[in-house]
Amino acid sequence: MKEGGFKSIKDLPSTHMLGPGTPICAGCGALEGIKIFCDILGEKTVFVNAAGCMTLLTVYPFTPFKGSWIYTAMASAPAGAQGVRDALDLLIRNGRLRPDEDLKVVVLTGDGTAYGMGLSSTSAAIYRGLDFIYICYDNEGYGNTGYQFSAATPHAARTATSKGPEGYQRYKKDLFSIWAAHKPAYVATVAGAEPLDLARKIEQAKDLKGSKLFIAFSPCPTGWHFEPAKAIEVGKLAVKTGVWPLKEYMDGKIVHTKVPLSKGKRLPVEEYLKLQGRFAHLFSPTRNEKVLEKIQTGVDAYWEGVV
Amino acid sequence: MTRKLITGNGAAAWGARLARAEYIPAFPITPQTEIIETLAQWIDEGQIDSRMTTLESEHSMITTAGAAATTGVRTFAATSSQGLLYGMEMIYTVAGWRAPFVLVNVSRALSAPVTLEPDHNDVLAARDSGFLQIHCATCQEVLDSVLLAYRLGEDEKVRLPVIVNLDGFYLSFTREPVEIPDDKKVDQFLPPYDPGETRFRAGDPISQGVIVLGGSQYSYFRYETHLASLNALEVFEEASKEFEELFGRSYRAVEEYRTEDAEVIFFMMGSFATKAKDAVDRLRSVGRKVGLLRPRLIRPFPIEAIISAVAGKKGIAVIDQNLSLGKGGILYTELASALYSMTDKPVLVSFIGGLGGRDITREEFYEMVAVTMKAIETGKAPPPRLLYSKEELMQMKGLQSIARVEQRKGRGKR
Repeated sequence: MKEGGFKSIKDLPSTHMLGPGTPICAGCGALEGIKIFCDILGEKTVFVNAAGCMTLLTVYPFTPFKGSWIYTAMASAPAGAQGVRDALDLLIRNGRLRPDEDLKVVVLTGDGTAYGMGLSSTSAAIYRGLDFIYICYDNEGYGNTGYQFSAATPHAARTATSKGPEGYQRYKKDLFSIWAAHKPAYVATVAGAEPLDLARKIEQAKDLKGSKLFIAFSPCPTGWHFEPAKAIEVGKLAVKTGVWPLKEYMDGKIVHTKVPLSKGKRLPVEEYLKLQGRFAHLFSPTRNEKVLEKIQTGVDAYWEGVV
Repeated sequence: MTRKLITGNGAAAWGARLARAEYIPAFPITPQTEIIETLAQWIDEGQIDSRMTTLESEHSMITTAGAAATTGVRTFAATSSQGLLYGMEMIYTVAGWRAPFVLVNVSRALSAPVTLEPDHNDVLAARDSGFLQIHCATCQEVLDSVLLAYRLGEDEKVRLPVIVNLDGFYLSFTREPVEIPDDKKVDQFLPPYDPGETRFRAGDPISQGVIVLGGSQYSYFRYETHLASLNALEVFEEASKEFEELFGRSYRAVEEYRTEDAEVIFFMMGSFATKAKDAVDRLRSVGRKVGLLRPRLIRPFPIEAIISAVAGKKGIAVIDQNLSLGKGGILYTELASALYSMTDKPVLVSFIGGLGGRDITREEFYEMVAVTMKAIETGKAPPPRLLYSKEELMQMKGLQSIARVEQRKGRGKR
């Protein structure tokens, strides 16, 4: 982490770039993160969006963004970013756009896109060395269609398409590792509930040349079933219990930027799980010790592997 | 001006070169690949100052092309068949962005079964997308149509992307002498792209492709785009007149060949129309009053030009190199609806021919005239007919019996 910039929460921008009054749900964890991205990236941006909850940010004739926006389609937002980036480069090269009129190209998609349909176009964009920022707001399911499971859904979560007694049976795909395997300029996991860590990472990455990718933990009150007022608490608990590791990849190295307390002192995962209706079947009518232990063991094993 | 012996694919690449297309998102597919290979070679040799980005799919390629055009650069792309269909979501989407660029489609029949040879089901799948469509019959027309397409699509009354279509193999790989227009004259015909307000730039934000809430707004934007497409009829006329003045070649929205006093005309599109021309010449030489009508523009559909061209004709043999399964020929349906309001309309006879590159023979053209003449006499059109010979059917039966033997052998092994 480079020095300067954001030492405490008070250093975060006090004027906000993203306008209010959008149709996004109360307590949306994704929006918490996106606000900070907008504040730090500034207005010289073009957001390239894929189908998802955040498509509803820009509804004709309103936009909360100070910069530009283009909605592409679920599978191909990074390809849209490629076209915009290449065209801006050509316009600058040929003197039709002043360098100070240049824009940062920012792909904004949900996890349904990032972990699934859009993975091919993302892989190809990183492979081509596309100079762009990718924000995946990860609410761990197809939120905008009523919360069905996606490849980002955690084990045991109940969704509209995993309502069995033990919820979703598969395990969350490791997108961080998949992205990092492409050796891009930067990959990070972040959370809107940890704004200082998030702001530092954006600051760290924004002017790097190449692909800069973020997976933003995005608690979803309507899909995860918790009170909107608890969104920040859910986000903080995900970090404290070790469920959501905050880390970054750069120059071939992975660094954990906020390590939770060691095993034994660390809050148990159930402190995080029990706040959410999607995991309620693990606690009532009877505690499902087997599944709770499996989740705890998985988290413990992850942190044991972190040197 | 120079004359070169080049393929249809080469002519398409020359069109992009002379139009000074700055940006070329690419993805290879047979039979289009020679176009991007040619452009890539010119870029590598420093002959043209364009940038090419190879994408990982046509879906991405069309997204990239639309996004680049939206950012404000002149963009060229090419595809075929499965590629066009793989990108179909974006074909509709980028048309709605009102960002003009040219997409050359080298027609190839669609899977399944898989084949490489042409028919028009691929490009007609994009019929309702908002892309304009110009269909070519010669290599010269391919080059010239790319230039016309940019003029048409970029016109402020239109602002739509354009597909220029040529037939795989029959045009894509056929060498014909092609006049390469003088680049200064092309610059005069086609000034640099002015994106107007449709571009991305710091300090002047726009939002593209956003959500609308409700059918009222949606209807407005869709119908506005439809009207823009219709504007292209007039713009095409203007542009083709200017093109003729500069380059001496005339391209009307509908090509009329020896139709003046014709009683029966062929109605068809694409390179197979050149086979019809040969049949027309031969029939004319024995005193038969036949002609050919070939729509170059399929979108917008030049209804008025077609009506005036068929006025007074007795019968039309509509040859569809496509098949809407469960309905029939698409061009037949288009023509029938265009002529419905005419009084004294000609008899229409529907033929399906040339599917998957199957040839249409001279004798079949003669036979289609005879069938149409009979329909004129009786006042009753026969049901649609597939051009397919007894010999072909025999060969097909032969292959089927081999397939059955092979299938039995396969079962025996298990």
